[in-house]
Amino acid sequence: MEDAYHAFLTQTELPQEAGTEGGILSGIRVAVKDNISTKGIETTCASKILKQYIPPYDATAVAKLKAAGAVIAGKTNMDEFGMGSTTENSAFGPALNPKDITRATGGSSGGSAAAVAGGLVPMALGSDTGGSIRCPAAWCGIVGLKPSYGRVSRFGLIAYANSFEQIGPMAANVSDCAKLFSVIAGGDRKDSTSVDKPYDFAGLKPEIKGKVIGVPKEYFAEGVDPEVGETVKAAISRLESLGAVIKDVSIPSMKYALAAYYVTCTCEASSNLDRFDGVRYGEIAPEMNLPWHDAYTKVRTAGFGPEVRRRIILGTFALSAGYYGKYYVKARYARQKIAKEFAEVLTGCDMLAGPTMPNTAPKLGELMKTPLEMYQADILTVPANIAGIPAISVPCGTVRGLPAGLQLMGRMYDEETILNAALAFEEANR
Amino acid sequence: MTEENFQVIIGLEVHCQLNTKTKLFCSCSADFRADAPNTHVCPVCLGLPGALPVLNKKAVMYALKVAKALNCTIPEEGEFCRKNYFYPDLVKAYQITMGDDPLAVGGYIEIEDDAGNPKVVNLTRIHVEEDPGRLVHMGNKERGYYTLVDYNRSGIPLIEMVTEPELSSPKEARRLLNKLRATLEYLDVFDPEKEGSLRVDANISIKGHERVEIKNISSYKGVEKALTFEITRQKNLIRRGGEIVRETRHFQEGKGTTTSARSKETANDYRYFPEPDLPVIRVADWVKEIALPELPDARRDRFMQQYGIAVNHARTLTGDLKLAEFYETIAKEGAAIAASWTADVLIGELNYRDMAVSEVSGHAAEFAELIALVRDKKITDKAGVEVLRVWLDAIHKEGKCEKPAAIVERLGLTRESGESFRGIVEAILEKNPQAVADHRAGKKGALNFIVGQVMKEIKGKSDPREIHAMISEILGE
Ligand SMILES: [Zn+2]
Repeated sequence: MEDAYHAFLTQTELPQEAGTEGGILSGIRVAVKDNISTKGIETTCASKILKQYIPPYDATAVAKLKAAGAVIAGKTNMDEFGMGSTTENSAFGPALNPKDITRATGGSSGGSAAAVAGGLVPMALGSDTGGSIRCPAAWCGIVGLKPSYGRVSRFGLIAYANSFEQIGPMAANVSDCAKLFSVIAGGDRKDSTSVDKPYDFAGLKPEIKGKVIGVPKEYFAEGVDPEVGETVKAAISRLESLGAVIKDVSIPSMKYALAAYYVTCTCEASSNLDRFDGVRYGEIAPEMNLPWHDAYTKVRTAGFGPEVRRRIILGTFALSAGYYGKYYVKARYARQKIAKEFAEVLTGCDMLAGPTMPNTAPKLGELMKTPLEMYQADILTVPANIAGIPAISVPCGTVRGLPAGLQLMGRMYDEETILNAALAFEEANR
Repeated sequence: MTEENFQVIIGLEVHCQLNTKTKLFCSCSADFRADAPNTHVCPVCLGLPGALPVLNKKAVMYALKVAKALNCTIPEEGEFCRKNYFYPDLVKAYQITMGDDPLAVGGYIEIEDDAGNPKVVNLTRIHVEEDPGRLVHMGNKERGYYTLVDYNRSGIPLIEMVTEPELSSPKEARRLLNKLRATLEYLDVFDPEKEGSLRVDANISIKGHERVEIKNISSYKGVEKALTFEITRQKNLIRRGGEIVRETRHFQEGKGTTTSARSKETANDYRYFPEPDLPVIRVADWVKEIALPELPDARRDRFMQQYGIAVNHARTLTGDLKLAEFYETIAKEGAAIAASWTADVLIGELNYRDMAVSEVSGHAAEFAELIALVRDKKITDKAGVEVLRVWLDAIHKEGKCEKPAAIVERLGLTRESGESFRGIVEAILEKNPQAVADHRAGKKGALNFIVGQVMKEIKGKSDPREIHAMISEILGE
């Protein structure tokens, strides 16, 4: 298929598996992010270091797709190992935003978002560590769901930051997103952090009347593009007009969210990525004739991109003797505090609402200049990963011609409520 | 500085492979020793990207059993963590182990000190962790060196037991290991006969000086050897006015020496942090399910009471589960004679041949028959030992052997009265006038020499005491 947006790293068009004709995804083409293991299909995480790596097994989510009759259309572009918010950190070149090809898709699941927004596939799997599904969904104008931590098996998802990430569905509309979610949700004995809470697609219905929506003031604070803020506020008013009860709330500990997130995810990443030493993965490098310490150094320096190297170094530093208590332990404490505040606020609300991203899709290259600005773009998505709660991004209009996303965050394991609310919103806007 | 100033302080870190059916975090079979390299592997134990560990509860239960048997305190929760370091045998570049929240803390082991007095050695902690793979170094100078990696061992469950630095000699260390091994064997969580199933790191220092760590000693004998060498090295260094440097040393099994590890290998910062792929385990409920079997000390006390045997025999017999079971099947032939033939004679002959007790476990009935022959004075003690040797050699080489009675028959070892050898005795006295004269002159040992000559001639078929008496009688004493 023609791929004008560089959405795919590998196109496969695997035929539908025999005997799955009655499946809920029978014959439907689904794209899979390139950090999700696919048996027999190169899986690179958009990194040179994993070039030519062909997993001998399917991720549980992929096995479930196949069993439901899906056709695996290919593997999608992404920020290397999921590290980035624009898909420009791909070792194989950025994906382009189908809404404006001079702009970034968002990331790190930018290829999946572009494949859906560009009409190449109706749905795709992404993964969300700190906003990697919701950010490109918002910037490309599609629907993306980050499930509750544990509701989808991570088995086969190549880890970036294990304690935050989830595989999740991305689609052009809420119904397809929910349908794909119903296929991948549920417990898995191969993932000890998964919980057995399947999702019943038959239960999806537009439902917002009487629901209490909390609007945290931190989601409209400084740093959020005023026009994006206004567009999202208008969307929330729309929900109110549909019968929702709007409530102002506050989550003061959100100010620790980015710091806690970046400390923890870089720590976990530094450990996860140590195995890529050039011995078992990637092309055999001439450096392998050196003493192994030197060989590893050369291979890893050449094999990882600058953002990945930056995060490995940050994480290695934060875990090192003398600093562990200062960084990792403090971040763990902050995470607990943030999660507790979200849980408390959500006892008085059915869901929370705010913008998905503080701004719209940037020009290609714009966010690459300063890593810190890139990190700050995650401020509104990261809290759901820290709290472990489900969060969905639905298109809610345009700002200067570019899509903006409304983010709805639900109670732990209650994707049902936010999917139903998102469907009600989508139908009212149609 | 006098010898008394050298107070030796030893602490051990003992790693044993738990004999679960499957590995610690995947369902691969742990019974890999007879199979080709890299055949007991899967995405999890190969550390393939995206694979996740799933805890084998059995391994934790085994370790908890050990913790309970060693009188440890078991906290309500245990947490796995990652120990990060690069090494080609470590598939994920981190080992899943336990850090600040181990399975058990405290506890103690009772041993005898070098003077034979009871001594309590305290334990610091117990935890479980995964074994890395194995490197096999190949090649030669001419054609180049290379290394093969076998991941069959990757993910095998290990239990790590750490003692306080309270041991004061290599022999004590050896006794502690023996006791530990026996306990684990009684608990049916460990098979000491599997190659490489035990590995020990030892901390050793002379009081007032820096401490040295000796890594990866992989046999019981090795521990005693390594420690003995290291103590001598440290003492000599101090005597010469040198200074002990804090370092890691490797034990060279073949040479019996320790050599300094390169500093690069030891300058690790392991960057421990909680393993995010595994939930915290709440072991408080698991501990309640554990029932302990009879342990070595209890069995030793029962042997003394039930069979009326001496403490040293009881200790030896119960110091090895298979030996204790072996003894119990033959004790009916006479508890005392069976104890001495098993603990004194059989063990010595097994050790001489480097045989394990398990090799004769299936031959208890034959050993019982041998004991009965001695007990009933059908053969002499000496002939009994000869039969035992023939019998063990055959088992060792062919795995089977004829019955002791048949050996006695074939070798003509049936005991006969001293009287039937009177002619031989007289001939030997005649041939050795000097010995007779020496004996008459009161020289000790002369008579024993003559008895020895007779016993040799008659192949030990008679009781030396009878021969002794006859000689005295012939010499008119
Ligand atoms: Zn395995």
